[in-house]
Amino acid sequence: MSTFVYMTRCDGCGHCVDICPSDIMHIDETIRRAKNIEPNFCWECYSCVKACPNHAIDVRGYADFAPMGHSVRVRREEEKGTISWRIKFRNGTEKNFVSPITTKPWGKFIPKLAEGDKPNQGEINSQILYNEPEGLNTNKELPKVEKSAFKKGVYY
Amino acid sequence: MFTINPFAVLSETIPSIFLQSFVVVMIGLIILGTVMDIIHKKNVKYFFNNAKKAKKSATRELGTGERVSIIAKTVVYDIGTTSELGAGKRRVAHLLGMYGTILFWVASVVMIFFYASSSSTTPSLWPILWHAGAIMTVLGGAWFWFFLRLDVYSEAQPWYRIIQADLFVLALIATSLFGLIWSYLQSLNLDGRWDDKVFLVFYIVSNLVLFGGVYWSKFAHMFYKPGAAIQKNLAEADGSRDNLPPEADAPEQFGMGIKREAPKHY
Repeated sequence: MSTFVYMTRCDGCGHCVDICPSDIMHIDETIRRAKNIEPNFCWECYSCVKACPNHAIDVRGYADFAPMGHSVRVRREEEKGTISWRIKFRNGTEKNFVSPITTKPWGKFIPKLAEGDKPNQGEINSQILYNEPEGLNTNKELPKVEKSAFKKGVYY
Repeated sequence: MFTINPFAVLSETIPSIFLQSFVVVMIGLIILGTVMDIIHKKNVKYFFNNAKKAKKSATRELGTGERVSIIAKTVVYDIGTTSELGAGKRRVAHLLGMYGTILFWVASVVMIFFYASSSSTTPSLWPILWHAGAIMTVLGGAWFWFFLRLDVYSEAQPWYRIIQADLFVLALIATSLFGLIWSYLQSLNLDGRWDDKVFLVFYIVSNLVLFGGVYWSKFAHMFYKPGAAIQKNLAEADGSRDNLPPEADAPEQFGMGIKREAPKHY
């Protein structure tokens, strides 16, 4: 589903106009607030949702991860380097996620993979990816998801 | 010019009751236009429905004291400093326009209702505030209209393309600018000349467009935006947060993100 703008929150700053890869976020000619001029062409990339400093843009999530009547909202906190997501299902169930902003300045932080150690066979076979867990900045083992935490009503 | 009450000079030719009636009619036009806007756009209905929905998903009840303190903080910080515009040129231009307009209108009402007769002496503070407010409005409005308009700045539209959203800012600039020119020409005491009369007519017409065009222009955003800011901060405090996720509680593990570039690629 395409993005839409809460007019009460939008202040017409143009960040979404700037970032939209499909060039469909434009400034309304009557109230000078952002609007999606062509919802059919929306890629649902969530770029504008994340770029909006006023959390004024919303988008309905895909039906395959949440049935209709839900809400998916995003809060970007640049000073903390985080993007938080909240999925609220129509039965009231909530799921909250926090992810790091991984955008880096253009041309910097190029990983010099050729200079690194070659992985041994044990590392290649491991579930842990290159640079994990150090790259995640957690210094912890990767979390394990217990079967009991899987989607309710689905049995394996 | 800056210390002369232009309405007192005008009252020598036009009775002050006409000036006062004009102000009352303008206030009536604002009320009428805003009510029509509310009925047509149904935005107040949406606003209250939203508030009701937020109340249902609230995780904590706010006391009256807390509510009042949040509203007061919003008025001082969010509304008084237009903080939602962030730090930058848009905010400075907006602040210039906002406070300039407030000074211009308040000084106009005071001078017209209390000092618009040839017998009264106007304290020099009011004409100074009136002129300063008009200059601030022209500066802020022109800065916005020439350099910061998003359809020009971000969408590469030519600067001379005028759209309906420009009605408010152009009428505001015109009112202040024509008011200033009229006041200046009138202060020159050009007996028998038509210059100041022409600009007085322009000033009256631009006022009629500004206040009569409330329904078609962005005028009413001055009332809606504070309401939306208060509702947003109340929703943050009562835990409903308009369904937004809570603030990240363990940011230190992610390090600093980068500040994205301001949109200026066009």
